[in-house]
Amino acid sequence: MYDLKALYEAESVQDAVRLRLEHPEAQIIAGGTDVLVQMREGKRAGKELISIYGIDALRGITLDAAENIRIGSLTSFSHITRDPIIQQYINVLGEAVDQVGGPQIRNAGTIGGNTCNGVTSADSASTLFAWDAIIELTGRDGVRRLPIQDFYLGAGKVDIHPDEIQTAILIPRASYENCYGHYIKYAMRNAMDIATTGCSVNVVLSEDKKSLARVRIAYGVAGPIPTRVPTAEAAATGKPLTRETVDTFAAAVLADIHPRNSWRASKDFREHIAVEMARRCLMESIKLAGGVMA
Amino acid sequence: MSKSVGQSMKRVDAFEKATGRAKYTDDLCDRSALVVRLVHSTIAHGMVTAVDTAEAVKVPGVVKILTCFDVPDIPFPTAGHPWSTDPHHQDVADRLLMNRHVRYYGDEVAAVVAEDEVAAAQAARLVKVSYEEYPFVLDVQKAMEPDAPQIHEEYPGNILAHTQIRNGNYEEAIKEPGLIKVEGWYDTPTVQHCHIENHVCTAYMEAGRITVTSSTQIPHIVRRVCGQALGIPWGKVRIIKPYIGGGFGNKQDALYEPLCAWLTTQVGGRLVKIDCAREETFVSNRVRHAIRTHIISWVRPDGTFAARKIECFSNQGAYASHGHGVVAKGMGAFPQIYPCPNVEGDAWSVFTNKPAAGAMRGYGIPQAMWAGESHIDDVARALGREPLEYRYQIVMPKGYRDEFSKNENYYDTFRQVMDKGRKALDYDRKREEYAGQTGPVRRGVGMALFWYNTAVWPISLESSSCRMVLNQDGSIQVQTGETEIGQGCDTAYAQMAADAVGIPFEDVHVVSTQDTDVTPFGTGAYASRQTYIGGFSIRQTGQLLKERILTYAQELTRQMRSDLDVIDGKIVRITDGRELMTLGELATEALYSLEHSEHITAESTYQIKNNAYSFGCTFAEVEVDIPLCKVKLLNIVNVHDCGTLINPALAEAQVHGGMSMGIGYGLSEELKFDEKTGKPLNNNLLDYKLSTFMDHPHLQALFVENPEPTSPYGTKALGEPPACSPAPAIRNAILNATGVACNNAPMSPHVLFARFKEEGLL
Repeated sequence: MYDLKALYEAESVQDAVRLRLEHPEAQIIAGGTDVLVQMREGKRAGKELISIYGIDALRGITLDAAENIRIGSLTSFSHITRDPIIQQYINVLGEAVDQVGGPQIRNAGTIGGNTCNGVTSADSASTLFAWDAIIELTGRDGVRRLPIQDFYLGAGKVDIHPDEIQTAILIPRASYENCYGHYIKYAMRNAMDIATTGCSVNVVLSEDKKSLARVRIAYGVAGPIPTRVPTAEAAATGKPLTRETVDTFAAAVLADIHPRNSWRASKDFREHIAVEMARRCLMESIKLAGGVMA
Repeated sequence: MSKSVGQSMKRVDAFEKATGRAKYTDDLCDRSALVVRLVHSTIAHGMVTAVDTAEAVKVPGVVKILTCFDVPDIPFPTAGHPWSTDPHHQDVADRLLMNRHVRYYGDEVAAVVAEDEVAAAQAARLVKVSYEEYPFVLDVQKAMEPDAPQIHEEYPGNILAHTQIRNGNYEEAIKEPGLIKVEGWYDTPTVQHCHIENHVCTAYMEAGRITVTSSTQIPHIVRRVCGQALGIPWGKVRIIKPYIGGGFGNKQDALYEPLCAWLTTQVGGRLVKIDCAREETFVSNRVRHAIRTHIISWVRPDGTFAARKIECFSNQGAYASHGHGVVAKGMGAFPQIYPCPNVEGDAWSVFTNKPAAGAMRGYGIPQAMWAGESHIDDVARALGREPLEYRYQIVMPKGYRDEFSKNENYYDTFRQVMDKGRKALDYDRKREEYAGQTGPVRRGVGMALFWYNTAVWPISLESSSCRMVLNQDGSIQVQTGETEIGQGCDTAYAQMAADAVGIPFEDVHVVSTQDTDVTPFGTGAYASRQTYIGGFSIRQTGQLLKERILTYAQELTRQMRSDLDVIDGKIVRITDGRELMTLGELATEALYSLEHSEHITAESTYQIKNNAYSFGCTFAEVEVDIPLCKVKLLNIVNVHDCGTLINPALAEAQVHGGMSMGIGYGLSEELKFDEKTGKPLNNNLLDYKLSTFMDHPHLQALFVENPEPTSPYGTKALGEPPACSPAPAIRNAILNATGVACNNAPMSPHVLFARFKEEGLL
């Protein structure tokens, strides 16, 4: 039995916008795998809920006219993992969200919910940061798009206006073309866990496959929100595929990440792991891109 | 005649449980029940000065709020031990239904009784509790210091109990020249049982009596404790125990049944329900004792022990519960498993401001094996010996007899299980292959033995009662006081009863539910005793029933009693093997006969004055990723000598479950507390790292079947033993892989990170 004041079920995006305006205090709920847990804990007890879970238009993955990948916000983790477009162009995202919780959670949980929660540990978030994802929000006045880095405002806070819901996540063509990536979720067990630290790296190799034309890296749980690591990216871009490049890249991550001490893990430990993850993610990404280490 | 015992019969409750039809406590609870939400202490130690319920009672649906100021002033014990009529052996009565003097973060302060869960939860959040705070202590050895906060007035220095072993002369023995001293400290964590069904109980009044339905392992004991806690005659209490979703010892305590029984008396006898949330189960039920162990071995260069010393510091938490019995059992194994003439042992159970520690699968032995088996590898290392070979030299020999318990090692069990385990894991080849690795990812193999005994004799009462009733169709109902808690004893009992009476397995209907108004007396599911103990009264009662059947058969068939037998549900003249009639025909005639009507039943009690050793081992193979501080368990094998297997498939399943618990114990599980406040930090199934299916390799269970001579069915303990040795086997495998000894469980990445840095691997 959940302590909720009222449940409003939106039938369309427009309907959801109307409900948002009518019930400004209400909490949006999609798959419910976070909201209901918090409600049970008493944190959101007694709240009104607006469910957008019935809006089928927000499900599915397509390529738009410009061949950007469009992921409907209500697409479940399991659907993302099994989607052919994802598998072809950004397989790492499917692998990352396949590490969320367990099978039941992955069937119910949505990528929109995962990002709107605003938590640093979300398994989809570091990969979306590392691939320069665009968040699409729809409100009274139409559609607003912003880079995911701007969408995250702080721990648990994202930039959604009172009349908006998140409707899609876009991966621009320029981001995924010729790009290969790898994600490591470091957790204390192999299922049903949240990341102690998550690291997502992707690379575009030079035409001769001998150097790194582009490197991007992002972490979850290395700060209050997911974060890119520009120092490391700069240190590796244009560099040859050598052990030295990988080591320089990995060591450089410490310049930009700020993990904290908590009972879940110490700062020292998280930093140590972060460096090792960067090294392994980069090596694996190079391998996936067809590169051979010198 | 087909025998049931020894066959992998399908569980008698398989279909009900697999299809979700089986009724558990909450399924049986009428929807009219009032729902209780408990208010727990938010400090680790102090005195409640006031409970303000003014706002809480205004919540619509709240019926009544009762607090620690309202409860009867009757301290009561909670441990699921048989009662002792000797006051010196009775359990410690150290808590009230709710306590003003709160002794851990999570102690019960108030109970909100409401029409539904939401009202109860809302009101519970509005109850304001004021405290006078006292200093608190979480660490067992700090609690023993002279200036430590005092938790129970009656126990100065926080020492609940201290016991000793003094064999031979330790101080003299260590003077022998040429001895090598090996010393270590070994720590185990606070863990919780994590049975799938949280503790839940309901209570109502009828005709001046209280009926409690509970998810418990020990209905008859809970009846006694409810009577004691409420100060009412024990016959005024009726306990019903339906199917339960596991217990692992947590439900071998009176948990919330006494409070629930009292609450119904406060609301006019209406049905009330206390249904623990997982967060409460972790903290406000029972946990496993964290035990810190100090071992010193004085070893001769040939590997023999001159003298050994052990000190065990057991973290009892806030209340006595099972108390000292747990660490005492653990220490008791020490001089037996590796016999040594000169042993000095001390065990302390010490109150702290942590959750109360009670029984948990293994009852002190997982802690003792963690310390003892880690230490044996340390000794082997100090001697430059291969640790498995070394154990062959020093482990308990065949024929060893413990004079106190009269337990005897009838077979050379330890060496037999080691033979089987090393072969199954391909231990010798891997040991050789993994020598001298240097890379970042290394493999290793290790093993650990365990000592166990089956039941509680001679420390405590062992008795079992059974009732059998013959139906018109020749089938029987079987009732015992021993309880099915998921382990499969109903099925084992059906097999034993079928063989004892001489009827097919399908014709035995085990009454799964215990109801203290109708079920014969029995103390319930604990130790690893159900199959062993139940076997005695089932065999005896089965024979009694058969006697009555055959006496009646003589009357009907005019054949001599001694020429008749019951075989496969038929009355058979054994002189020529002729089937004279079916048991159904006999039973129908017996019930409805106008000449001689008789309801054929049997009931008897058997008091068991034996106990039985149950030994085995774990072999483990790991891959250690040093830079990531992670251990991957590649292979794990448990080998058990639990006597003759009653049901091989169920035995294997029981071992799998225990291995899983042992893996979590070794690698990931620990209930953590905030040092500054005493608050539990991870009392939920996300943050408490119970190992999952994805963290296990294939779990291999093997058996050495040496029939136990004292058991009518040749059986002995298997419930707890599988959880006793996996953790130290994994520890020893990590030691083999990396050269790094981890003496603190669990060997989580945090612990490995620190140890690898200390040892220069990182």
